[in-house]
Amino acid sequence: MVYLTRKIEFSASHLYHNPALSAEENQRIFGKCNNPHGHGHNYTLEVTVGGEPDPVTGMVLDLKELKAILEREITERMDHRFLNYEVPELKGQIPTCENIARVIWNLLEPKITKGHLHKVRLYESADIFAECYRNGASGS
Amino acid sequence: MNEGLKIVFGRRYRFAASHRLHSPQLSEEENCRVYGKCNNPYGHGHNYVVEVSVSGTVDPTTGMIVNLIDLDHFVQQEVIESFDHKSLNEDVEVFQTVVPTTENLCKEIFQRLKHFPLAKLERVRVEETSNNAFEYVGEDIQDRVAVH
Repeated sequence: MVYLTRKIEFSASHLYHNPALSAEENQRIFGKCNNPHGHGHNYTLEVTVGGEPDPVTGMVLDLKELKAILEREITERMDHRFLNYEVPELKGQIPTCENIARVIWNLLEPKITKGHLHKVRLYESADIFAECYRNGASGS
Repeated sequence: MNEGLKIVFGRRYRFAASHRLHSPQLSEEENCRVYGKCNNPYGHGHNYVVEVSVSGTVDPTTGMIVNLIDLDHFVQQEVIESFDHKSLNEDVEVFQTVVPTTENLCKEIFQRLKHFPLAKLERVRVEETSNNAFEYVGEDIQDRVAVH
């Protein structure tokens, strides 16, 4: 099995607010992230695909193909968007790194038909990230 | 929720510390040969980066596996306070009998963090420099080579 990883970046705004909680609880749990006008990040997404290289092309999945999938499914949907209001897949969820990573997994998994989606890692900043992979798969 | 999907939250921390690689089980010449510059008797230092990854259920109320404030507090208390601006050999008890290579440092940090009560510790990655990184996922915590 060979794993290949492609990285993309997108910029988006979000805020953390749960309407089921009081204003004080929202502030206590989410702190600065609860600012009602939102704030933004430069997100970095690493997408890892595992598979056996095709004997003819030597590729698990043509990187151009992966690039097009990421452009269509992720960049067009999330880049320069307000995640809470403009990404329907996140409706009703707090757009934390964990939840965005899972939404990205669900968007990409059915689209990767050569090899298989092994892992997504989404950085909100250089020091904060979330990963998503199948139970039992290696996280490394 | 997705069945069978694992979600991991990761956070990177930094500390600066000195160490010296020297095994009392080896002769002076062997130490010099094995550890090279790292055997300098006065030690030397690094800006270490520690990447801590934890897994668990994403709480639907908060959208989080763990609030990073709680993770930060735990890592600060268990690791950063003991290691930052310290000599690993002199100031950290375990490294008085264990060579403070970054392999062993990785294991020691895992050992200190594995009791985090709010999520499961999945992995500790330590970057000694931007070119050297070590990861430990905790299967053989008893395996550490002790020196006497």
